[in-house]
Amino acid sequence: MKSFLKKLTSNQIFIPCAALLLLALFNLIADPSFFKVTLDHNSNGDPVLNGFLITILDNGSELAILAIGMTLVTAASGGQDISVGAGIAIAGSVILRVLCGSNPRPDSLQTSLIVAFIIAILVSMAFSAFNGILVAYFKIQPMVATLILFTAGRSIAAWINKNQLPIISTSCDKTFGYWGTYIPGIPIPTPVFIAAISVIIIMLVLKFTNLKLYTQAVGINPKSSRLNGLNPELIKVIAFVILGICVAICGLIKVSRFQTINYSVVAKDIEMDAILAVALGGNALSGGKFNMWGSIIGAYVIQFLTTTLYKFNVSADALPAYKAVVVIMLVVTSAPVVREKLSKIFKKKAKAASKSEGGAAA
Amino acid sequence: MIKKIRNMTDTNLLLTITVVVFVVMYFCAVVFLGEGFRKPQTFLNLFNNNASLIIIACGLSLVMITGGIDISVGGVTALVCMSCAVNLDLKGGNVVTSMLIALGIGLAFGLVQGFLIAYLDIQPFIVTLAGMFFARGLTTIVHTNPINVKNKDFTSLKNTRITIPGLGTTNKKGIFVDATIEIGVIVAIVIVIALFFILRYSKLGRNFYAVGGNQQSALMLGINVKRTKFLSYVFCGLLAGIAGYVYFMHVGSGSPSHAQGAEMNAIAASIIGGTMLTGGVGNIIGTLFGVLSLCTIKDIVTSIGLDDAWWTGITVAVMLCIFLVIQSIVMAKKHSAGAVKDQPAAAKT
Repeated sequence: MKSFLKKLTSNQIFIPCAALLLLALFNLIADPSFFKVTLDHNSNGDPVLNGFLITILDNGSELAILAIGMTLVTAASGGQDISVGAGIAIAGSVILRVLCGSNPRPDSLQTSLIVAFIIAILVSMAFSAFNGILVAYFKIQPMVATLILFTAGRSIAAWINKNQLPIISTSCDKTFGYWGTYIPGIPIPTPVFIAAISVIIIMLVLKFTNLKLYTQAVGINPKSSRLNGLNPELIKVIAFVILGICVAICGLIKVSRFQTINYSVVAKDIEMDAILAVALGGNALSGGKFNMWGSIIGAYVIQFLTTTLYKFNVSADALPAYKAVVVIMLVVTSAPVVREKLSKIFKKKAKAASKSEGGAAA
Repeated sequence: MIKKIRNMTDTNLLLTITVVVFVVMYFCAVVFLGEGFRKPQTFLNLFNNNASLIIIACGLSLVMITGGIDISVGGVTALVCMSCAVNLDLKGGNVVTSMLIALGIGLAFGLVQGFLIAYLDIQPFIVTLAGMFFARGLTTIVHTNPINVKNKDFTSLKNTRITIPGLGTTNKKGIFVDATIEIGVIVAIVIVIALFFILRYSKLGRNFYAVGGNQQSALMLGINVKRTKFLSYVFCGLLAGIAGYVYFMHVGSGSPSHAQGAEMNAIAASIIGGTMLTGGVGNIIGTLFGVLSLCTIKDIVTSIGLDDAWWTGITVAVMLCIFLVIQSIVMAKKHSAGAVKDQPAAAKT
């Protein structure tokens, strides 16, 4: 029993899962209706699932997808990409630009969505590759290298659409909104499926290719991985490019959700949430070994926390303060130094207890 | 010449690049853009408008020299502005209490973050990220709407200008206007000079470099690594508090949107000024020039007439990119040249 407990607590996924359970328990005590899921009909008369759990799954999709890419980048380069929010703005802007052409209020789409999406992926990959090249070949710290795109990204996004805000109304194209909301007849939001597919694909890739082994090797020691015949620079760039694909997918979901884009607000602060997801998953932010499930669960923990706070009428502006307190508590309890001290105290107590028991028996 | 460059320390080399680039840039602006840039007041306005950014960047440089990072500084600045505004306008406080509040907030953030990072060994990025969230959130909890301060003592302090004798221009009406600076500039310059001497001549300052350069060997030399790291964050927090008050004196109001993105500007300025995020390399004078270069670029962009907001972002990013690449190439060249030079020497022995 004891060894089982020890195995459980030493598992990397333990902390995010425990945090998720704690949050769920807190909600269960505060208000059990949090977990109620009802089947309603939206304005079009299509069946739609409603409830806070669905909101979490729905809104957590972007974060989970980003966490996948961010984990790989963190593991390979030992740093984080802080330009993902700006990247989402660029990807979304590209999609709208290709779909709408020069007319911000189109009557019909210029091309099919697939073409726009593929172009957005290519653009996003190019920007990520730029980040990756700066990191891998110019040896600039990732946070600093991505600071460039962080400052310029939203400006570039505005420039792509000449500072206009194109709107794709439902009268212009019905199917465009499906990707961010619901497909008629299916009560589960589409982003949930997109996130699930992304997770399945990355798990298959990690299982059947050497990606995981190579990224970890590069992250732990680039020099020795070079001596073992790997190309650390290339692998770092590949990690960034994969993050670029994730960013493009998030861009699609975001623009489809709102049918338009606001360059300065879309996906604001999402880079911070994505990095937190990776850290919550128990992955070292200094690179090396990683656990993909940890990051994905971490992403949903953060979304769970956000939704819980919204439910208690915390205003959107004050939200970060509460989030910060919870994050600090989580990080402090999972810090190795604190854990060591706590386990020492527990051991002492256990010893004292066994001693007094022995005394009583004698 | 090349030999001289090779013999320079990393810190001095990067500092030289920054200063040369700034001087060349300002010279070009004066020659090609004329009028506006020729006035001494334009140059002084660089200081007037960015005194708080200079102080923030100085604090950040300290932390970056020890190998850490602090991204909570912008949030702390906003929080200080808001708290001081509430204190002066709604709670009837006076200038002294508001100053104490500013210092207190800065010190509190520095102490808590420093403790978590240095003694509990948590990654600085995460801690200060939470610090930023906390400060930004708390700003709106303290007061939701922007406040314009009408306190008399404060407005007189805010409008105090110090005349620089001998500088000035005659305006279109033929009246001679003296060049002036704000009180905040004096504060910023005093801090820059003080930090320069601390970093260069005091034991603590040398410890900062040692810890940032190589933590392990610093430990073996008997430096208290944890305390040194802790102190760097306390300094940074305190400076952020002071910067908050300077910003407050410049704008005279409190608002949740104040100092938006200041942390990233400060990081960019430090990097342009030759501080490296890996630690151990950096110079306060470089940081000063970093801030000035950053703001000169912004001024040039506006004066060319590219007034659209996005151009500022793009030019700053391009400049940051160029500086980073220059730094990386110069360092790589220097080190590889050093390696080539060392090899025959090693072969002889």
